[in-house]
Order: sequence, then structure tokens, then C-alpha cells
Amino acid sequence: MSKRLESMIGWIDARFPLTSNWKAHLTEYYAPKNFNFWYYFGSLAMLVLVNQLLTGIFLTMNYKPDASMAFGSVEYIMRDVDFGWLIRYMHSTGASMFFVVVYLHMFRGMMYGSYRKPRELLWLIGMGIFFVLMMLAFTGYILPWGQMSYWGAQVIVSMIGAIPMVGPTLSNWLLGDFMLSDAALNRFFAYHVVTLPVLLVTLVVVHILALHEVGSNNPDGIEIKANKHPVTNIPVDGIPFHPYYTVKDIFGVVVFLMVFCGIIFFAPEMGGYFLEYNNFIPANTLQTPDHIAPVWYFTPYYSMLRAVTVNFLWIDAKLWGIILMGGSVAIFALLPWLDRSPVKSIRYKGPIFKFALFLFVISVLVLGWLGTKSPTPLYTILAQVFTVIYFAFFILMPWYSKIDKTKPEPTRVKE
Amino acid sequence: MADIEKKQGINSRRRFLITVTSVAGGIASAAIATPFVMSMMPSERAKAAGAPVEVDLTKLEPGMLLLVEWRGKVVWVLDRTPEMLATLKKLDGEVADPKSEKQQQPPYAQNETRSIKPAILVVEGVCTHLGCSPVFRKDIAPADLGPDWIGGFFCPCHGSKFDLAGRVYKHVPAPTNLVVPPHMYLSDTRLLIGSDKESA
Repeated sequence: MSKRLESMIGWIDARFPLTSNWKAHLTEYYAPKNFNFWYYFGSLAMLVLVNQLLTGIFLTMNYKPDASMAFGSVEYIMRDVDFGWLIRYMHSTGASMFFVVVYLHMFRGMMYGSYRKPRELLWLIGMGIFFVLMMLAFTGYILPWGQMSYWGAQVIVSMIGAIPMVGPTLSNWLLGDFMLSDAALNRFFAYHVVTLPVLLVTLVVVHILALHEVGSNNPDGIEIKANKHPVTNIPVDGIPFHPYYTVKDIFGVVVFLMVFCGIIFFAPEMGGYFLEYNNFIPANTLQTPDHIAPVWYFTPYYSMLRAVTVNFLWIDAKLWGIILMGGSVAIFALLPWLDRSPVKSIRYKGPIFKFALFLFVISVLVLGWLGTKSPTPLYTILAQVFTVIYFAFFILMPWYSKIDKTKPEPTRVKE
Repeated sequence: MADIEKKQGINSRRRFLITVTSVAGGIASAAIATPFVMSMMPSERAKAAGAPVEVDLTKLEPGMLLLVEWRGKVVWVLDRTPEMLATLKKLDGEVADPKSEKQQQPPYAQNETRSIKPAILVVEGVCTHLGCSPVFRKDIAPADLGPDWIGGFFCPCHGSKFDLAGRVYKHVPAPTNLVVPPHMYLSDTRLLIGSDKESA
């Protein structure tokens, strides 16, 4: 380092903790040396976040949050703004890819027990991020004010109206009107571009701070901090995040961007899964499209929403559907306390857990597929069966994780 | 705790002042939050909207469904043929609330046909499940709805079914019959939706 640069950094360090933070979070943050493929998705989620923030800013320059102009302004971006199509496709593809990487990131956590002590709070902060992300996806989907925007929003806001006692007042307060209208579009825009992004970025920073406090988990699910070098006090199975994992993550970024660009240039609508064809029709408040389904990342929950068709106890089927749908997302937050296995990682867990996780993944995929289909009697029964399996994975976990035959954990991570 | 308080000299007078300041700050926070929260309620303009709409029925033919917009919602006006009306009796066992006992309609529509004039159904085309607009399916025994279907409304969103009086079938997600809005006939062919004799 040149003398001049050194003195400049010294000047900053006397006034702002630059070098100390650089060390704490990059060059002297020791991550386990056995990270594998599954550890790409955290950094990729950050990449997509940056993509969404940047493209989003440029979209707001031409978008109009007005029920009579919104649809036209999106068409204007697509047809008349130079490279508007590219920026919008980067944003819409980014939304779907956000969920792809976040779902894989969560699945990684479930496989390797990353939610277990001492990372419970890290997991909960992650759940907060997941919730905000879903809110962002929902509010963003409303903005083009197409048929799916309108009717999708109609379904979601009707759920709020179904809350006993306060529902109708709460719904009016959220919509700013007695029905879904321009007032709601205008304020959902405000949430989508100001409130929720600020919340999301804040939570991501908090998530990383919490991660760097407890240290990363790894595919073996053992604590590298338990085995530190006697002199240096550095975990013997740890390597500095920078340059080792920054280089690894850059490789992941390059591969990801190839896939991302492939989608943007060749299949931005992804056969109706990323951008639904009915949303290319302006919102018509008098007619629901013949077939409505949410975007793919919400279909598993949507399947559970409509799976309940019988009244049970004093709660009617409609409210049960809403409770199940909310519960199916919220129940992830309980994982740290549901898992009673003596080991963290799937590598040392027994056959029952592996089978349970396999069944869970199958049920998510089947429910997701069913959510894209029109309801028929057979599909409804399938949705009910897989909803039960989905919840059984969580509710029975305290028992099956305890009786499962686990293998002993190693003391050092495997190479 | 007590030791620290003694060391720092927090006496009862100081504790009282801390409490009073906290309470005052809390009240001030709640007070300043109020205008922001209230600004999100429906505005005066939104409240003023929603006047009744008048519908001309001269062009309505038997078996035809008319869509009318009232307060941003769709209202259906269906002129039911005698065959359509005959289906209602057959479905008494299939629907959840055959006698319309739940208050989903004004008293003058709490009858077998859920209407003022037996043939003409006036009902909000808004599914009582989650607000989609069901589809008018007058075809009999179509492939997707099964051989027992004798005409009615089917919600494409979550599969709720209603008969030709807007009565909800059993074992579907929707909990109640479709809502009959307040309405009245100004003359034989002029229908007013959004107001009735009592409130007019």
C-alpha cells in the first residue's frame, strides 16, 4: 500500500471504524472451510436485492401509481422507453429469482440445522426478511393493475376483512376505500417503493450482523468456534471470508447471472409462471378471469387456503383456510424449538428425519403445482392430504427428531 | 437495583419525574400518530361516492345476466326462466342455508327465490369467500363441474358453488350465500340498486 493511501485510511480510521469493520466482516471473519454448493444462496439473495433496488428506482421514473394510468405506463415502459423492457424484465425476473434463492437458502438451513442454538434469532430475523419479501412481492404485483393484479389483491384484502370483529374496519383502513380502488393502488405503491424496501434492507443488515456474531453454520453442523488455535485464537476449521469466500461467491454470481440473463432474454414470462398472461389485460372490476392463480412462489400457500371446505369447531371453512395459510408460513419460525435431535446436520441425522424432509419437499412441490390448477374434487382431496403432510412435518418433529437414530458428530469438519 | 439507585441518588421525587416524563412522552407519541393513522381511512371523497344506480330492464331477456357496477362492485341482474326457478327446489338439500336465514339479504328478499320479483335475481356478484366474481354457468352437467350440475354460479378462484338464487353449496370454501344489495323497482322496467323503500 502506498504511503499516501495508508495515511488517508489512517485519517478515516481516526474518525470512522473503517478498517476495523472491514476486518470484522471480511478479512478476519472466519467461516467454516467446508462450505458447499448450498452456501451460494445467501450472497445471491443480496445480489438480487441490489438488482431489485436499482431496477426499481428506474421503473419509478416512468411508472404512474394511478388506477387509470398504471397499466398504460407499464406498457409505455415496455414499448417506448429506451431499454425499458430490459429494466422491467430484470425487475420481474428478479422477483421470481429472489424467491428461488431464498427458498434454497431456507432449505439449506433446514438440511444442516442452521436454525439450531445459537442461531435461533438469526433464523427468526430471516423469517422477518421472508415475510417482508412476500409483502414486497404482493404489493409489487398489484402495481401494473392488470386482471391478475386486481383479482389477486382482491383475494388477499378479503382475507383481512374475514378477521373476526375488526376485519371490515381494518380492511377499509388498509384500502383507504370501501373496496379495492385507486386509493389502495396509490398506497401499495408507497409501501412497495419506500416502506418495505427500507425495512428489508435494515433486516438484511441485522441478519448479517447476527450471523457474524454467532458465526456461520456448516454442512457438518458442528461449531468451529469450539476448536480454536491455542495461539492465534482463530478457529482451526475456519478460513477468512475474504478472499476465500468472496472468490467462491463471485463464481456463483457468474453462473447465476448466466441463468438470469437466459431467462430475461429468452423466457421472461417463463410460460406464464413469472408473468401471468391474464395480467396483460387491464383490470376489469366486473369480471374475474376464468382461471386465477397466484405467481408460482405463493401457490403452495394458496393451495392450503382453498383446501379447507368443512366448518370445524366454531370456526368456518373460510377462516380455517386463512389460518392454515398464515400458519404454513409462520410455523417455520418455530423450527428452532421443534427440532429435538441431538445433531444438527442431515449428514448425522437418522432415516426418519431424512424421510420426513423428503416428504415435506414433495408436499411443497405438489401443493405448489396444485395451486396453479383450477380446483376439482380430486385436486381438492390431494391438496387436503398434502396440507396434512406439510403440517405433520412440523408438528410431529419434537417426537420423531427425538427417537430418530442419529450418527455421532465428528469433532472436526470434513474436508 | 436498590443499591444502584442509592448510589445514583434516585430518590422518589426523581423516579416520579421519570414516570411522568415517560407517560407524557407516550401520550405525545400516540397523539402525533393519530393524524397519520386517520389519514389512511377512506377519504371524504370515497365516503361520498356510492350513490344508487338505476338500471333499465327493457332489454333484459329470460336467461340473460346483466352486469351492473355499484360502489365498485359488480351486481348481477338475472332474469330466471321457469326451468331455472325449478332448479332451486331440487337444490334445497345441497345448499348450506336453503331458507336464507343468515342476514345476507334485506327482509324483502328472504324468500324461496331470494328476490322481490320471483324471476329477477338481484345479487352482488362477489364471492363471499374472498371476493372473486363467480362465473355464470347455466350449462347443465359440464365436464369440469360434474354430472350433478344443473346451473348456477361457480367461483374460479377457489371452487365455491352457488345456485341460481345465490345460495351457497355445502362443503365449499365460501361460508354464506351471496349478498342481495338493497334495491327497489321504480317501475316495471326500472330497477334502482343501492336504495330501497325503507331507506329512501
